[in-house]
Amino acid sequence: MALSTRHLLGIKDLTPADISLLLDTAKQFKEVLQRPVKKVPSLRDVTIVNLFYENSTRTRISFELAQKRLSADVINFSASGSSVSKGETLLDTVNNILSMKVDMVVMRHSASGAPHFLSKHIPAAIINAGDGINEHPTQALLDAYSMLEVFGTLKGLRVAIVGDILHSRVAQSNIHLLNKMGAEVVVCGPPTLIPKYIEEAFEVRVEYNVDKALQWCDAANVLRIQLERQNQVLFSSVREYSLAYGINRERLNRLNKKITIMHPGPVNRGVELDSDVADSDNSIILQQVENGVAVRMAALYLLSGSGNS
Amino acid sequence: MKTVITAEQINLTIKRLAHQILENHLQLQNTVIIGLQPRGVYLSDRIVEEIKRETSNLQVNYGKLDITFYRDDVRKELHVPNKTAIDFSIEERAVVLIDDVLYTGRTIRAALDALMDFGRPSKVELMVLIDRRYSRQLPIQPDYTGKSIDSIVTQKVKVLWQEKDGKDEVVLI
Repeated sequence: MALSTRHLLGIKDLTPADISLLLDTAKQFKEVLQRPVKKVPSLRDVTIVNLFYENSTRTRISFELAQKRLSADVINFSASGSSVSKGETLLDTVNNILSMKVDMVVMRHSASGAPHFLSKHIPAAIINAGDGINEHPTQALLDAYSMLEVFGTLKGLRVAIVGDILHSRVAQSNIHLLNKMGAEVVVCGPPTLIPKYIEEAFEVRVEYNVDKALQWCDAANVLRIQLERQNQVLFSSVREYSLAYGINRERLNRLNKKITIMHPGPVNRGVELDSDVADSDNSIILQQVENGVAVRMAALYLLSGSGNS
Repeated sequence: MKTVITAEQINLTIKRLAHQILENHLQLQNTVIIGLQPRGVYLSDRIVEEIKRETSNLQVNYGKLDITFYRDDVRKELHVPNKTAIDFSIEERAVVLIDDVLYTGRTIRAALDALMDFGRPSKVELMVLIDRRYSRQLPIQPDYTGKSIDSIVTQKVKVLWQEKDGKDEVVLI
């Protein structure tokens, strides 16, 4: 039993069996993380480079912690302060790093498809830690793992993804994963932030009314409003977005059931989520962060296996 | 395929092994029994069942340990982990490790490493149903043995369990 792919570039390339294997393995790693000694020697002879061409807190720390918990040797690379500013190409940077005998590459890049490009040119196993507006596979896996912990199954689960669907790699990876595992998905947000033909492209339903979406779902995955895109005039103002789509206590109290709230982080408090929701017992945001380490350990472990390094 | 031990013999052997543990560990509260995943747990389940029967349901500290992440051949072949469940402290306690077949000793080496991540036991003993003699690659020997057999490298010893394979039997393939 092994993954059907050498790299983890996106959920799109995985089979349902791959996803199940990753989530089952993550469960065993979560147990490791509860032990007095939270470290196993599985990747003792593996060297991994974290290539981050874009800012990241959670994902980067999570990957680094996962690698260290597996006893791997870790090199961290940030584009800022590197020779990238001198005009070095992505391929040259990576080839130079690989000539130092690196086995795996974890990569975040602002250009969609950057890890796919690399996978065609280098022998190392590649894990995509987020590429532009394309995919963020480990985030979707940890979201799925967190939902499994709460609900026990993904089959038939109703998930609403709320917010900026248009620019969200998290949304895309989640939609792929939930579709493959038999969950039902509704995407909800302003019309300007939802791709026009999304219903034709994926098995999802579009709902513009957030209250209806919340009433329908078991879990709501609330996306970050990307304030850096505010100059694109996709909605009038942050305040208006918050009034129309922000999830607050009042909205949740109007529902006739309790729903689970998720968020990939970082949260814009008071915009897409109010503090009294983000910090309430509806929210599993911190469990998601904790599960992220176990899920990434599973991905690293399974990709480091036979013939991969 | 040749039968090495029959169902009846397995039953008798399990009774004997359970009695040997009781004989050496009078204070069972300071002893923990740990079965090795995946196939050692079928034997450890039976041993613990027998101990409980013998001691009229005395509380036994019983856990299951998966050694996948501690293997020394992790890069040669991918192994999928099983569940580890040790929900008690092993610190300063005697541990009886239980596996079905002792062959090269590498699994037990990995198990000792894994065990140390849960604490520092006062003593570790090894119980196996089958000891394949003269095939060890590490200096590891059992303290309790069901049966020792001599076999050649090309042969495979398989322990079949009622719960998993529909019958109790040890066969040489």
